[in-house]
Amino acid sequence: MGIQLEVNGSLIEAEKGETILSALNRNGLHVPTICSMKGLSPTGACRMCVVEVEGRENLVPSCSFPVEEALKITTHSPRVLKARKINVELLLSNHPDDCLYCERNGSCELQSLAENLNIRERRMPGNKSPYKIDRSSPAIVRDPSKCILCGRCVRICEERMATSALDFAYRGNELRISTTLGKPLNFSNCIACGQCLLACPTGALIEHVQFPELDSHLHAPGKVVVAQYTTAVAVSVAEMLGKKPGTDMSGIIRTVLLRYGFDHVIESSLGADVMIMEQVAVFQERKKEGSSLPLITSSCPAWVQYVEQYFPELIPALSPLKSPPQIGGSLVKNWLPEIIQAGDKEIVSVLISSCTAAKNEARRVEMTSSGIAIIDYVITTRELARLIRLSGLDLDHLEEIAPDMSVPGSGTAGNLTGVAGGEVEATSRTLYHHLSGKDILPSKLHRFRVNKAYREMSIKAGKQELRIASVSGLSHAVKLIEEIKAGKRSIDLLEVMACPGGCTNGGGQPLPVDDHLIRIRSKAVYDMDNGANIQEAHKNPHVIKIYEDLLGEPGSKVSRDLLYTTFTKRDVLL
Amino acid sequence: MHPDKEFLLKLAQGFIPEPSDEELKYLALLNRERVTRPLVMVNSSISGVVAGARETWAAIESYVAERSLDIELCESGSIGLSSEEPVVSVQMPGKTRLFFSKVKAENVHSLLDDVIHHVIPEQMLIGQLRREGQEAWPDVPFLDEIPFFSLQSRVLLEDCGIIDPFSFPEYVARGGYRAFLQTIRSQTFSEVCDLVIRSGLRGRSGGGFPTGEKWKSAFETASDQKYVICNAEESDPGAFMDRTLMEGNPYQLLEGISIAAYAIGSNRAYIYIRSEYKDAIERITRAITELRSMGLLGDNILDSGYNLQISLRKGPGAFVCGEETALIASLEGRRGMPASKPPYPTQSGYLGQPTVVNNVETLANLPLILKKGADWFRGIGLPGCTGTKIFSISGRARISGLVEVPMGTSFGTIVNEIIGGVNKGRTLKAIHVGGPTGCMIPPHMMDIPVAYENLKEVGLVMGSGGVLVMDDKTCVVNTVRYFMEYVDRQSCGKCIPCREGTRRMAEILGGITRKPADDEGQTTLERFKGVMQLEHLAAVMKDTSLCGLGQNAPSPVVSTLKYFRKEYEEHIFDRKCTSNTCSELRTWYIDVDMCTGCSICAKRCPAEAIIGTPTHPYFIVQEKCIGCGICYEVCKFTAVYYK
Repeated sequence: MGIQLEVNGSLIEAEKGETILSALNRNGLHVPTICSMKGLSPTGACRMCVVEVEGRENLVPSCSFPVEEALKITTHSPRVLKARKINVELLLSNHPDDCLYCERNGSCELQSLAENLNIRERRMPGNKSPYKIDRSSPAIVRDPSKCILCGRCVRICEERMATSALDFAYRGNELRISTTLGKPLNFSNCIACGQCLLACPTGALIEHVQFPELDSHLHAPGKVVVAQYTTAVAVSVAEMLGKKPGTDMSGIIRTVLLRYGFDHVIESSLGADVMIMEQVAVFQERKKEGSSLPLITSSCPAWVQYVEQYFPELIPALSPLKSPPQIGGSLVKNWLPEIIQAGDKEIVSVLISSCTAAKNEARRVEMTSSGIAIIDYVITTRELARLIRLSGLDLDHLEEIAPDMSVPGSGTAGNLTGVAGGEVEATSRTLYHHLSGKDILPSKLHRFRVNKAYREMSIKAGKQELRIASVSGLSHAVKLIEEIKAGKRSIDLLEVMACPGGCTNGGGQPLPVDDHLIRIRSKAVYDMDNGANIQEAHKNPHVIKIYEDLLGEPGSKVSRDLLYTTFTKRDVLL
Repeated sequence: MHPDKEFLLKLAQGFIPEPSDEELKYLALLNRERVTRPLVMVNSSISGVVAGARETWAAIESYVAERSLDIELCESGSIGLSSEEPVVSVQMPGKTRLFFSKVKAENVHSLLDDVIHHVIPEQMLIGQLRREGQEAWPDVPFLDEIPFFSLQSRVLLEDCGIIDPFSFPEYVARGGYRAFLQTIRSQTFSEVCDLVIRSGLRGRSGGGFPTGEKWKSAFETASDQKYVICNAEESDPGAFMDRTLMEGNPYQLLEGISIAAYAIGSNRAYIYIRSEYKDAIERITRAITELRSMGLLGDNILDSGYNLQISLRKGPGAFVCGEETALIASLEGRRGMPASKPPYPTQSGYLGQPTVVNNVETLANLPLILKKGADWFRGIGLPGCTGTKIFSISGRARISGLVEVPMGTSFGTIVNEIIGGVNKGRTLKAIHVGGPTGCMIPPHMMDIPVAYENLKEVGLVMGSGGVLVMDDKTCVVNTVRYFMEYVDRQSCGKCIPCREGTRRMAEILGGITRKPADDEGQTTLERFKGVMQLEHLAAVMKDTSLCGLGQNAPSPVVSTLKYFRKEYEEHIFDRKCTSNTCSELRTWYIDVDMCTGCSICAKRCPAEAIIGTPTHPYFIVQEKCIGCGICYEVCKFTAVYYK
């Protein structure tokens, strides 16, 4: 029950077992932190949150110190402020002075700490650690010289993503974050989920920026640049453009991109709709074979790579489909030229995604079609926001360009793939229709919308009782997979999303991120779906047209050629 | 002689209160009160080995073989006279044991020739060991009459260097293992905790936390699995008391660990030892095997119903792994980085279970406390700070080695009287206690009785017991710089003040002990900026670092800034090192009368600071000179000198 603390002369209530920091925060007292992250174990490494506690010889870190009865705490005494300031100065003394050129300029926690502590002079001269930038991964760039060694990436990678691609190595002033044996990221077991990018307080971990490379293709004769953006991007980019979080920016994104020089803009949810159609076919085929393992979705590229590295024995259980954006990309490269009569013009396919692993995925050999990548460039939500700002358009007075209805470019239920549980929810609708011949009331599937890592429900469709589940966050997924392998759980269709909460919490999303924002983004996706006229993939006229003109029926030879992929066991340094 | 296992176990359990004459005779043989043939013991622990004990051993072996003598040759630990090694002791039947110093291989022949013929080689003699029932050598001082030993009270080290560390029978015959075996039969867990609380024993690794309280806290934490960890990391450079204890008397430590484990109700103990301690590892490992075969480790020890396993774990050797939470992390197979306290290890330690971490010296006290009682222990030392403390002396001391004194003895007594001060012709400048994160004590502060609180009051620390003696040829600033560079390398890097702070401090101190390459531009300004930050930086590092390593890292700087400020100022303002240690601060000159103009110095000067024409005297351009001293080394005519 309640414990009374005296903080800066006034009494506050704290709960037994909590830390000083959480008691302070709940009472509206702000103490700066670097290494502390909600939901991850406290390490007490950065010493930014130190406070003065009467009777203790040294300052104590409030993030890991449990509250006790009658503690007398001072949070902003001169002694505390001096300690914080000198510690930040020490960090800065080993930090490159290139804020202006830094990806995180303006969103950097170290920068704002320095500003808040009024650091205006370099009082600590000294040498800086000489580290090289690692650009080896197509998704993530690591600049150890900007790393302040808070260990947030290490903990998120280990505790939440069960990957441990990064850890501390060496000691003293040579301490650094390293992959196994210090290999470049592309040789490591990194799955490029990008959660570390969201965790990193500075510019030490950033996405591999690709959008400036687009410029040479835009307006170029002989090239048709086609962009597809995901639903998660549409509901998140508003945060970086000064709009209300959760605003659906689809129209603005389309308009800005077309004005900026893109030739066509389509929604990635179209690919998702097609994927749902195929998924249902694959599901029935697997059922016929009588597989004991669930059909596990393969639309999350980080998860796919995780399976290839950690659970190669599960590869047969993975759905053989490409991810929705790759399916969309496949259609763009193989079908769109006919529709728009591109002639001998080169199609440049660009994906705008909340996912950093998509950058990795685009370079997979398995994703190419006759040796050509089906997605040429992947840019993240953050890069898109920068592109929109660069366009110089006044978003408040922008006249939106309506979608070009002659080009199939929008999805229906596929929008839901932007959130965890969405893919199975959308698939269930079509699957139910397929098995029972009737439509299921969408609200009956809202069990997939509860805000939990693991969501499960049984659906009775026709004569079949199906157990369908969704799990997000790899640490939860690993636990579930172990249970399935041990025979403790029986599931027919399982969706796995690497990032906790799904694509709305992807590694390419706006910063800073917190649970509340992710809920707002997810709600925006659900609103989008609730308000849609057509809520089933199989009723999407664009999908119907694609099957009529190109694919024939789900599972056809053309589908298999264009939309299916393969997976292989990957030997990496674990 | 194959000691009877049953007899030994009876003896260890105290089942032979009144031994028969035959048993007494046997006992005297076991504890070497009586020898039937000459006994030669060579200190084979590390202090002996580095001085050549292995060669001495080989020489003795061949001496014995050549003459086919009936001599028992045996290994021993160190008696603490590290600078007098290799120490060899000889016990002739019926006589007391003689100790000899610096017995190199080439001296073996004459030494043994003499002693076997009852002649005493004076130049190597240390003294004879006083022991009842043995005939003393005439005109030979007893060890307890020599100042080095007479002012010590050797309680923990009593058997070190006297007994064969490999011999379990000898340990038992000298009263060993009785304390543990009687305890597990007659005392409850908490009675043992209470006894240790009453004794006033405090952790010897530097913090001085009451050992009994620590145990009690672990004992009272509910859990079905508890652990005792013996911290044998001994990571302070210059500290070797734990090593000597382990090499000289491993069974004493193992008995202590057994008692600690029993007191908290644990049946699993680990010894975390640095892998460099090869001899200690070998001895402890052999001792554990022996104890298992005797049934003193394992399940249901001598039908008492108490189970105990002790295992040895080798650490990779990191300074920070001496910190208990880092040690536990390392033991769990994780990176050796400290964790925030609370929770303390006694609540959640190894594998999340209640864990007591004690260091070797602390644990070695326990068999004695249980055998002789809490009151006996309280009688040694000061109230509130009881027992003895072992200090390891190194540096510019006349004698270096191990010194065990009651708490409350002053550093002055240790340095000036026991080890006889500094070498001839030099004056004592300071002592540095507590390793690289310790502090420097000037001579006028050395009269303070050594106890945790006394020292803390004046801003000093006891540390784990390493004492570095410094004379007037040692530079304080340079020594502090060396320590800071060491800590900088050894910091785990987890928290900012320690990782970045030690690095900046090392750089700032480095800047003081070096001459800047040029006075142009910002260098001088930056150097002063750094110097001005030293004290602020030290305060914040102490205030905010995560573990003891970072909190104490600035203490060499703080203590020297307090007591040796003048030396800093000389370095900073006059660019001068009075002890002439900081080579780069020396100003070099060429004596025009001595210089022949051979030009070798100009050719070798890396800074092109020497100019002149061949066959005429050369000249050093001070602005260019970096003070490396190469000219001094290459000059064949001793024309180069420095001021």
